[in-house]
Amino acid sequence: MTPASASTELPLPSREGAGGGGTQTGGSPPVSRRRAGRGVRRFIRHRLALIGFATIVVLALAAALGPYLDPFNDLHIDILHRFAPPFSGPHLLGTDQLGRDMLARLEMAGRVSLTVGCAAMVLSTIAGTVIGVLAGYYGGAVGAALMRFVDAMLCFPSIFLLLALAAFVQPSLLSITVIIAATGWMEVARLVEAQIRSLRDRDFAVAALALGAPDRTIMFRELIPNAIAPIVVASTLNVARAILLESYISFLGYGIQPPVPSWGNMLNNAQEYLTTAPWLAILPGAAITLAVTGFNFLGDGLRDALDPRLDVR
Amino acid sequence: MTEPVLQVSDLTVRFNTDAGTVPAVNGVSFTLARGETLAMVGESGSGKSVTSLAIMRLTPPPPASTVQGRVVLRGNDGTPRELLALPEPAMRQMRGSRIAMIFQEPMTSLNPVLPIGEQVAEPIRYHRNAGRTAALAEAERLLELVGIPEPRKRLASYPHQLSGGMRQRAMVAIALACDPDVLIADEPTTALDVTVQAQILELLKSLQARTGMAMLFITHNLGVVAEIADRVMVMYAGRVVEQAPLRRLFGTPLMPYTRGLLQSVPTLAARHAALAAIPGNVPDPSNLPAGCAFTPRCPHARPHICDAALPALDAAEAEHLVRCARWREIAA
Amino acid sequence: MADTEPILAVEELRIHFALPRRLPLGPRETVKAVDGVSFSMRPGEVLGLVGESGSGKTTVGRAVLRLIPATGGTIRFRGGDITHLSRRALRPIRPHMQLVFQDPFASLNPRMTIGRIVAAPLLIHRPQLGRNERRRQVTAALDMVGLSPGMANRYPHEFSGGQRQRVGIARALILRPELLVADEPVSALDVSIQAQVVNLLRELRAELRLSILFIAHDLAVIGNISDRVAVMYLGRLVELAPTDALFRTPRHPYTEALLSAVPEPDPDRPRRRIVLTGDPPSAIHPPSGCRFRTRCRYAQPACEAAVPPLREVSAGHFSACRRDDLLLQGAV
Repeated sequence: MTPASASTELPLPSREGAGGGGTQTGGSPPVSRRRAGRGVRRFIRHRLALIGFATIVVLALAAALGPYLDPFNDLHIDILHRFAPPFSGPHLLGTDQLGRDMLARLEMAGRVSLTVGCAAMVLSTIAGTVIGVLAGYYGGAVGAALMRFVDAMLCFPSIFLLLALAAFVQPSLLSITVIIAATGWMEVARLVEAQIRSLRDRDFAVAALALGAPDRTIMFRELIPNAIAPIVVASTLNVARAILLESYISFLGYGIQPPVPSWGNMLNNAQEYLTTAPWLAILPGAAITLAVTGFNFLGDGLRDALDPRLDVR
Repeated sequence: MTEPVLQVSDLTVRFNTDAGTVPAVNGVSFTLARGETLAMVGESGSGKSVTSLAIMRLTPPPPASTVQGRVVLRGNDGTPRELLALPEPAMRQMRGSRIAMIFQEPMTSLNPVLPIGEQVAEPIRYHRNAGRTAALAEAERLLELVGIPEPRKRLASYPHQLSGGMRQRAMVAIALACDPDVLIADEPTTALDVTVQAQILELLKSLQARTGMAMLFITHNLGVVAEIADRVMVMYAGRVVEQAPLRRLFGTPLMPYTRGLLQSVPTLAARHAALAAIPGNVPDPSNLPAGCAFTPRCPHARPHICDAALPALDAAEAEHLVRCARWREIAA
Repeated sequence: MADTEPILAVEELRIHFALPRRLPLGPRETVKAVDGVSFSMRPGEVLGLVGESGSGKTTVGRAVLRLIPATGGTIRFRGGDITHLSRRALRPIRPHMQLVFQDPFASLNPRMTIGRIVAAPLLIHRPQLGRNERRRQVTAALDMVGLSPGMANRYPHEFSGGQRQRVGIARALILRPELLVADEPVSALDVSIQAQVVNLLRELRAELRLSILFIAHDLAVIGNISDRVAVMYLGRLVELAPTDALFRTPRHPYTEALLSAVPEPDPDRPRRRIVLTGDPPSAIHPPSGCRFRTRCRYAQPACEAAVPPLREVSAGHFSACRRDDLLLQGAV
């Protein structure tokens, strides 16, 4: 037997504002700031999330600003100094088989990989949210049909789907982004559909119906803002996934094509030289690992910070 | 005079949340005599439910909450036990056997995947070491005692197969399984239809007459209080603000909050009259005003008297306690 | 519209919900949530609709606003038949009929500011209004329910239950509807706040010449604000009368039982309690004839044969009991 009545929940400080007669009680800061503060505080306590966040910031800054600060250009070929190991000379992270500076190449590749990752996330989030909200809101035959389509798409292992799509399409930054997005929207759709389905029967949604609001208003202005938390978490984790997928297919040769560098195709280049110049593989590998882990930790932290328990009541 | 079966002294419960420490219950004291029903009346934030959980030692463990004070239970054998000081295994022996609790929402308080026969038999098996068959036989007797028709068949029913009233009766059966000295009923009829509520109140009264157990009845409904209580304790913002025998409280309420409550409740007899509502809102436990917590809403409040310091609990008469700085002037 | 024409006229309203089939291609059971309800409301009247769980009162409230499709019968609003109007055709009618919900926490979008919530009806139905005019109207609406305009930029979670309920009322009334359906508007509020909201509704009804369909399970609250009261049991109306007549001289045994079950905050009130036995029967397979007969202490064999019609037993007082000879106990 468990004590379960609502009156035994921890009393959340959620009462502020003038009473019926207009008198103010107490002088503490407005509760919305306090509540946001609590979320931020919880996030901060989640140290891994902080580390993840910091890592991503560092990587992003390096990718964006690094090439302007590097002494060497990533395209500059210097056969005389090729295969220089890291920390051995003027090249901080060494050079590759063509003598190109690894640090500069990593940064340029970072631009590509991170951009593809984030862009793919945005696309898949939008597509998944739209399909999810339509399925969740209308339910019935429409909802069932859409969700079965989602299920069908989920049946394809993403790698094979990626390779199949990549085989038919001319690989370019845009096409790769779209293809990766095409394999990632299903999770978001499922999440959103489940959320919307439960939110749709809540009183405030019925109130909107009773007001005569059109469906699209209810879906996008009433329901989706309440489903943001899981969407944000899923999207963050999706970035990690997208970066990883891009690395896979670029590594396999079907993704970003040289001379455009990406961490994945840098790995491809590094295959032949694993024993002789291992840093050619380790460095992009480490970059991928840092980025993916960073986003995963960030997603975990966001999930805790955006705990829906604190949202309503 | 016989010793009270339950004696609570200076009970204080604080919750430690992300946003700071919230004093949910603040220095609550009362006694409960054998066979008596004490009603704890209050609204949200009054601390009434938390008080009962603290007595049962069911508040979240430290550091999430801190419980101070003394709770002494005198069982049938006369030996007093300080509940707050007991080690957990000893407290577990007390729960369900000497002191039992029933809750507001029977659907969430009953285990949905176990038949109710098992759930009623559970305390019997745990506390009295009975075997399964003997326990189930006793469970059947209890189901009949609480007025569930066809008790033998019902032993195998699941909670979702019963109506709200039946579920609540099953909860009462579980609580009574080991003949407790004290029953704590936390809003047991609030979620029920009014006709079912009447049935459950009758049931509780008759069971109490039979077994002589004491009952601590928590509610916000003054009508239910009038039905079932011998004495009443009114709580506001975690403190006892008035305590009196039933007729005294309804006849001559001394604390303005009690008066306000009584005047604002609609009755069948007085129809169409605009209700004398208490203005303002129930206070936020984490943000209590200084002095008397009711000051912002009290029609009799005087600055520097009421908001300066917390009034003590005065004895207006023997048995009638009131926490109001101006109760003498107001009564006159 | 002539003053004597009813603002709402419901005739033989039926709402049946089909349950999922147990076996594929097997028989389909239906829950007859509302089974032949007829009543009408005059402009400016408060009609209280009371019943316990399973009575169908909430379903009637939602159906009247066309939020639930009707399986049979007609709903006439301001003289026009709205029973089968499409959603598009209903849109211009919606500003004239609005709903206030039971749960003040769930009925407001937690992600919108109070101002945005109250402005929503304006955004939908008066899109031509400029921002300043809209703000002015929102402020006026908040003021009408006793909230200060500074609250418009805050979020629902910053307010108490009573304040949120006021926001819900402001939202419902900003377009000045003629009919307000209040679905248990005070049940989820603290006792001292209930009186405030009931008083508010009473004031607004006078100020705006509002007709209110007040749905509740609390007879005392209903009695306080309603001009007439309709009692529902298991999907049917069993009694409909002016408030005083219903309370003093009920003409249906269920009403009698309901009235006697209400706990009154008066320890000295003489209690001649009629405790109904058992639980309400199933709405899927209701008893034939009079649905209350299985729990009625005055039931006769004739009650089983045919459904007793709602007939006028005295001026304006309707009862669905076939017996004329009963002398039933009212609320004193």
